Amino acid sequence: MSSLLSVQNIVKRYAKHVALDNVSIEVPEKTIFGLLGPNGAGKTSLIRIINQITGPDEGKILIGGEPLKPEHTAIIGYLPEERGLYRKMKVGEQCVYLARLKGLSKKDAEVKLKAWFEKFEMGGWWNKKIEELSKGMQQKVQFIVTVLHEPKLLILDEPFSGFDPINANLIKNEILELRKNGATVIFSTHNMGSVEELCDNIALLHKSKKILDGSVKEIRKQFRTNTYTVSFKGNMIGFTNALWTGAELIEHSSEDKETHFAKIKIREKVAPNALLQALLPVAEIISFNEVIPSMNDIFIQSVQGEQALGTKSNYTE
Amino acid sequence: MGKIGIIIWREYITRVRNKTFIIMSILGPILVAGFITLMVWLPNADKSEQKIMVIDESYAIRLNKIPDNKLIKFYYPESTLEEARANFYKTDFTSILYIPYDVFTKTQSPVMFCKKTPGFSTENYIRTQLEKKFFEWRLTANKIDPLIIKNSRKPVSVVTKKLNEKGVEIETRNENAMWIGFACGVMIFMFVLLYGMQVMRSVMEEKTSRIVEVIVSSVKPFQLMLGKIIGVALVGVTQFILWVILSTALTGASSSFFLKSIAADVEVMDEQQEQVYKQGSNANFSEFKKANNSMEAMNVFKDLQTINFTQIAICFLFYFIGGYLLYSALFAAIGSAVDAEADTQQFMMPVMLPLMAGYIMSAGIMQDPESNIAFWGSMIPFTSPIVMMVRLPFGVPMWEIVVSLLLLVVGFLFTTWLAGKIYRTGILMYGKKTSWKELGKWIFYKG
Repeated sequence: MSSLLSVQNIVKRYAKHVALDNVSIEVPEKTIFGLLGPNGAGKTSLIRIINQITGPDEGKILIGGEPLKPEHTAIIGYLPEERGLYRKMKVGEQCVYLARLKGLSKKDAEVKLKAWFEKFEMGGWWNKKIEELSKGMQQKVQFIVTVLHEPKLLILDEPFSGFDPINANLIKNEILELRKNGATVIFSTHNMGSVEELCDNIALLHKSKKILDGSVKEIRKQFRTNTYTVSFKGNMIGFTNALWTGAELIEHSSEDKETHFAKIKIREKVAPNALLQALLPVAEIISFNEVIPSMNDIFIQSVQGEQALGTKSNYTE
Repeated sequence: MGKIGIIIWREYITRVRNKTFIIMSILGPILVAGFITLMVWLPNADKSEQKIMVIDESYAIRLNKIPDNKLIKFYYPESTLEEARANFYKTDFTSILYIPYDVFTKTQSPVMFCKKTPGFSTENYIRTQLEKKFFEWRLTANKIDPLIIKNSRKPVSVVTKKLNEKGVEIETRNENAMWIGFACGVMIFMFVLLYGMQVMRSVMEEKTSRIVEVIVSSVKPFQLMLGKIIGVALVGVTQFILWVILSTALTGASSSFFLKSIAADVEVMDEQQEQVYKQGSNANFSEFKKANNSMEAMNVFKDLQTINFTQIAICFLFYFIGGYLLYSALFAAIGSAVDAEADTQQFMMPVMLPLMAGYIMSAGIMQDPESNIAFWGSMIPFTSPIVMMVRLPFGVPMWEIVVSLLLLVVGFLFTTWLAGKIYRTGILMYGKKTSWKELGKWIFYKG
């Protein structure tokens, strides 16, 4: 799969600290890419560089194989984390204005906007001022502004913050739909649940460096710890005895006298099948599952693993 | 339309449609027209006709009567003061002017008895006329023909003319014309301040509403800043043009009347001068005097004719635009550096200072338009838009104007560049109070 966006060895320095230290990422076409990292990791700096709001000190960025140039702003849609609209301007007029800055003609913008307004059931909003709308309604308008010009590359910084669950779901479905229609999406978030749900690939930034990247599936596999959960009927002591050569018991609980639950870690070089064979005589196995680490665990584990020191950025993250 | 055009259009149209703009555009000229009308009519405000009964025991006035004017009429009935006072309210006279018979020999003053206190202009007219009549009476009493004195007395005005090295007149310096320059300077000062602040507020609004990040992902921060500055400038120009048109229309009637009466007076004076030539000293003195009063007004017109209006108009346009661009870029930079209006104070001072300096210098420059301060003030781009306008009516060599304008262009290119550097970093900085040191660093950040 070819990369739509290729970030190569980007370095960005501010007066007192380095915001991005030799960061490279590849975003394949028509995928959803999660840009993760704790506050101050450099996510927003990177996003701003891709949006040509600021420039890198070193490194280069390619979009569809071409070096980044001003014309590319027309194929990028950007939803910043800190977002807002002109409070005193009317919704329709404002959307048309922002679309025109992205290169759409006035007419095209109006036609497309009407379609989106219908889709999101915002028919009567055209002549309302932004300040008359609720926060959630404003967010909807903002989302439409971001995608109106049908960007090839959509960059969403914390897209779900500020949405109620119903609207968040609406936006989530839109994102998936946009990918289906050929858009590539980069999204930055702290919400690991949505990462597992939506992202094909991720990169994890921490203290200005990329510490992890790859496909979500691969990473989760990579972080497997040979941990399994077992539920069974039988004697707990017998079960523990059967384990002892092949695995260690991490935790256990009992549902009733008969039914038990255990979390075990299988020792290296021991095949799960061999262990099962040792267990089968002493217990009636109800379920046997491998524990695949959640993105949340991976995030915390990776970030805490890194013990570098750094200064906090002034920039909003 | 390029992106910058779209920005300019938005900045322009949202402001022009704004209620405040519409109200100001209408209210402004009404205030100006009201003010001008007041200025024209105030001297004539004392409108009610004054009928004054003169009881002259000295006979000085009865023999050499005070001329009536439009509103003040004098009557000389045969009556004693006692009778007149007793019957005062039975008559329609507004006042009784009593001149005691020994007004010349003793220090008895003439007395005005009135029903309502007459206005200042009435009192003034009577006082000056009495002074004149008494003066003439005393002359006559000493066997001197008053006309000799009158004709010997002629107003003198000194005309200042500048010569260049070749001994050719350059331009006539005139006192009245300099006010045009000063007015232009003040106008530039006010425009820069008013609309510079608007730019600042607008930048701040975009920053605090956080829309700025969406916009700068489509256009360069510099384009946004420039678009805003130009858009606001066009709003200012629109308002200015509206004011000029509306004010002219509103004051049209009264001012044309005002000019007509001056023109009529000038004609009278010309006629009188001719008469003086023809008839020696027999010209009607009071008519001559009356025409003399309007000499001053005519001088203003004469002076105005000596000014190179085209030059002033063109320079006004350039300094107006140049000065605004120079300062509004700085105001934009301030707006980008702060989160709230309250934080603007520390940055406003250094920007306001040179602007105020230009304004303050103007007063001194009117006294001495060739001083060093005037020269340097009109060269330094931060003060030149105001100072040069003040100097212009006094005659400024072309090379100075050209150099000053070039410096102004360099000046605003520099401030715009500087502001652009601060702006693009400032608009994305939140939650921290910005220091001067910080601003300095931003200038050197790479794109």
